[in-house]
Amino acid sequence: MDARSPKETLISLENVAVRRGARALVSGIGFSIARGEIVTLIGPNGSGKSTTAKVVTGVIKPTSGEVTRRAGLKIGYVPQKLTIDWTLPLTVKRLMTLTGHFSASEIAAALEAVGARHLIDAAVQELSGGEFQRVLFARAMIRKPDLMVLDEPVQGVDFSGELALYELIRKIRDTTNCGILMISHDLHVVMAETDTVICLNGHVCCRGTPETVKSSPEYQQLLGDRGARALAFYQHHHDHEHHADGSVHVHEHSHEISHEGHSKGHSHKGLGHA
Amino acid sequence: MLDDFFTRALVAGVGLALVTGPLGCFVVWRRMAYFGDTMAHSALLGVALSFMLSLNVTLGVFAVAALVAGALIVLQRQATLSTDALLGILSHSTLAVGLVLVGFLTTVRIDLMGFLFGDILAVSVADIAVIYAGGAAILAVIAFAWRPLLASTVSPELAEAEGLRPEAARIVLMILMASVIAIAMKLVGVLLITSLLIIPAATARRLSATPEMMAGIAALLGAVAVIGGLYGSLTWDTASGPSIVVMALVVFALSLLVPVGYLFGRKAHHG
Repeated sequence: MDARSPKETLISLENVAVRRGARALVSGIGFSIARGEIVTLIGPNGSGKSTTAKVVTGVIKPTSGEVTRRAGLKIGYVPQKLTIDWTLPLTVKRLMTLTGHFSASEIAAALEAVGARHLIDAAVQELSGGEFQRVLFARAMIRKPDLMVLDEPVQGVDFSGELALYELIRKIRDTTNCGILMISHDLHVVMAETDTVICLNGHVCCRGTPETVKSSPEYQQLLGDRGARALAFYQHHHDHEHHADGSVHVHEHSHEISHEGHSKGHSHKGLGHA
Repeated sequence: MLDDFFTRALVAGVGLALVTGPLGCFVVWRRMAYFGDTMAHSALLGVALSFMLSLNVTLGVFAVAALVAGALIVLQRQATLSTDALLGILSHSTLAVGLVLVGFLTTVRIDLMGFLFGDILAVSVADIAVIYAGGAAILAVIAFAWRPLLASTVSPELAEAEGLRPEAARIVLMILMASVIAIAMKLVGVLLITSLLIIPAATARRLSATPEMMAGIAALLGAVAVIGGLYGSLTWDTASGPSIVVMALVVFALSLLVPVGYLFGRKAHHG
């Protein structure tokens, strides 16, 4: 895609370490994210994926190392877990303007883009996991961020919903040309559009395109042979339909997900939470 | 108009309710009920210290409540005891130390019952001026800082990532709580202040679709509780502060008749 070049670096981390007391949560982390680039962080439990994402968003200041942000970098954030207490009345419409002011037409357009426009008057507590996640995407997108940080964006969403969300992430990247940092909710399905996969285990264990990471010995050692064999990539094809309620119907014959990865998905789920 | 003690009580009480409604919403949303109670209990310590040091009582109460809030933040960072236990320690020890110090005051006789349960029928015109000036200032800060306050209530991480400052919002909220306690103490007393923060806000929840609506309705319901409670206390010759709280409770009980999601949201539209 032409709009993706020249690549402008949005943020770069150099030799970043975060310590809590004597314990190093992460160390020696270095990577950068450019406009239009999708970077996915994967790694086992407690490997520092969320810590790294929080360094990127600025929620955590690194103990040592350099974080360089492009001046005026605007971040849109989809947190890992957001539970909105029942005591707080919040409609989808009101949630959209939580951190900034936007017009009614901007709100409608952002919700339309994620297929959630019909939910505009719903209370957030009424939404299903997938619906809420779509709304959170819309909320992060409406700010027209330079960089979107998605912390386990498909967590708690069923398989077909997961594919729909990956499709949506791709669409967001293509239409807004923002950079995307994503933490993969489990290790088996990594978006094929990912430019760089970074495999973390307290430090950067290995990195590269999805294909190279999959076959790297470090990755296989970290996750065991079984995990490595199960890694699959979601490749985008027009093999499904979006419905007004946000659900997606996948045509079974045409998608190229490794069924091994899918069928083993649940038994490995614990690995994906950082 | 303000010559009559009952009118003064009504004006003062309604003024206070207009402030405790919106502020109380944050107390409910952020689960700070016990925290509010702790700050309120420390008010008695503030009263005792003010008399000992010949300070303005309102300022003394504000300072002590703010210090207790600060102490809690510092203790929470140590992460040894749970917040719940820390609040229990601070809440009761500040009340006890306050009561002990009051006992040492030999030169002034202070109306302990008045400070514990309030004496809204004794408010002066000067008190009303303090309530309205202080209340207006508190509401102005809430309105000005509304977006960061609300965003950091929903998710501190999200607020931080998107350039709002949740830690600053938290400190602002604590200062506002200390202020409202300082101006409310004379009216309803240290033991009942948090009821005016929590009950109207909790009542407003079922009647609201958005945070702003809940803040507004809580203010109105607080005013209803004050007016109803004061007329009740006049009619049945009951203690005025507790009567206001009882009235707030009655309104809350009535609100339970409204089913959850009946007024707003998807369920309201599709049955």
